[in-house]
Amino acid sequence: MNTLNYSERVHGWGRFWGVSAICMFILYPLSVSIYYGAWPGFSDLFKGLLGVAPIFWTVGAIEAFTFAPMLGSGGSYLGFVTGNLTNLKVPCALNAMEVARVKPGTEEGEVISTIAIAVSSIVTTLIIFFGVILLSQLQPLLESELLAPAFANILPALFGALAVVFISRNWKIALAPLLFMLVLFISMPALASSVSVLVPVGALIALGVARLLYKKGLL
Amino acid sequence: MFDPNSSFLYAAAGIIVLFVLSQSLFFLYKAWQRAREMGISAGVLKRVVTGSAVFTIAPAIAIILGVITLAKFVGLPLPWLRMSVLGALTYELPAATSTAAILGVSISQGVTDPKVYATIAWVMTLGILSGLIIITLFLKRIQGGIATLKKRDTKWGEIFINAIFMGMISAFLGMIFADVTRGIQGWVPVFVMLISTIVMLVCGFFVKVMKVKWLEDYALPLSMLGAMALAIPITRLSG
Repeated sequence: MNTLNYSERVHGWGRFWGVSAICMFILYPLSVSIYYGAWPGFSDLFKGLLGVAPIFWTVGAIEAFTFAPMLGSGGSYLGFVTGNLTNLKVPCALNAMEVARVKPGTEEGEVISTIAIAVSSIVTTLIIFFGVILLSQLQPLLESELLAPAFANILPALFGALAVVFISRNWKIALAPLLFMLVLFISMPALASSVSVLVPVGALIALGVARLLYKKGLL
Repeated sequence: MFDPNSSFLYAAAGIIVLFVLSQSLFFLYKAWQRAREMGISAGVLKRVVTGSAVFTIAPAIAIILGVITLAKFVGLPLPWLRMSVLGALTYELPAATSTAAILGVSISQGVTDPKVYATIAWVMTLGILSGLIIITLFLKRIQGGIATLKKRDTKWGEIFINAIFMGMISAFLGMIFADVTRGIQGWVPVFVMLISTIVMLVCGFFVKVMKVKWLEDYALPLSMLGAMALAIPITRLSG
C-alpha cells in the first residue's frame, strides 16, 4: 500500500462517516419530533438559530480551516465529529506528535494525530458515560466550591504548558501575534467570550510575520 | 407529562453515542495498522495511546460539569449526547438558553413541554454543524492545497502549519490576560498559566538532563493537573 492509497482511503472513510454522522445527529431531534408529535414552529426555530448560528457557523468554519492542517485528514474527520477541539483534541494531537517526534502535515503526523484523537474521543465518551451513570454521587464533588477554581482555570493550565513547548521553538513567529492579542484582550476584556473568532486573526498575523522572516532568511 | 429523562430519549442518545464510539474505534484501528506498515514501533504507539488517555482525563471530567449544568434544564440524555459528540458547553448552553428565552420558558426548572424540548434539540443540532459539513465536503480540497504548498516549498509548508498553530495559541494566551485590569483576582488565570509553564519546564529538566524518559509522555497532563490543583489555594489567597 503506498502513501497516496492511504490518503485517498482516509478521505473515502471520512466522507462516509461524516455524512453518516450528520444524519445520525439530525436523527435525535427528528425522532423526538416524530415520537412525541412535537414539531417546532418555523418562526421559533428560525429565531433560535438566528441567536446562535451566525456566530457558531462562523466559528465552525474558522476551526475547519485552522485545525485541518494541524490534525491531518483522519484526525480532522474524527475530531470534527467528536467535538471539544480547542480544549481537548487539538492539544492532545499536538502533544502526541511531539512525544512521537513526528511533524504535523507529514504522513507520520497524520497517523499519530488520528490515534491520539481516537483514543481521546473514546476516553472522553467513557468518562462522560460513567459520569452520567454516577451523576448523583459525583455531582456534589464536581460542583463543590473547593474544586470550582480548578475547573475554572483549565484553559490557562493547558495553554501555559503547551506554550512553553511550542513558543520556545517558534518564538520569532509567535512574538507579534502574542503581543497583539495581549494588547487586544487587556484593552477589550469582553472579547474573551469570542476567542475562537480571533484565532484566524492571530493566524494571519503569524503567517504574515513568518512569510516576511522566511523571505529575509531569518527562519 | 413529558419526561426529558425518558428511556426513549436515553435509547436515542445511546445509539448515536455508540455510533461515534465505533467511528473512533474504526479510525484508531486503521491508523494503527498504517503506522505499523510505516515502521512506527508498537512501543511508540502504546506511549501515544497512554499519553493521550491520561491527558484526556481532566478535560473530560470538566465536560461532565457541562452535562450537569444543562441536565437541570433539559434532562440528562440530551446533554449526554451533545457533550459526547460535536458539542462543547460554550455552544450548547447559549443555544439552550437563547432558545428557551425565545419560547418564553425559564431555564431554572426542567422542560415539561415536548415542543420546547424538540425546538431546543433542533437548534442545538443545526446551529453547530458547519465545521462538520465543511470538513466532510471540502477537507480533501483543503489538504490538497496544503500538499501543493508543501510540494512547492517544503520548508515554507512546515512554517505555514506552525504559524497557524502560533496564531491559535496566541489568541488563547491573550485571553488569559483579559481580566488583569480587574485587580488581583483577574491575575489568577495568569498565575495558573505560569505555574503550568514552570511545571512543564521542571518536567523538561527531568526528561532531558536527568534522563527520566517515562515522564515525557505525562509532562503535559502533569503540568495541567498541577496548575489546576494550585488554582485552588491561589484563588483563595487572591480573594
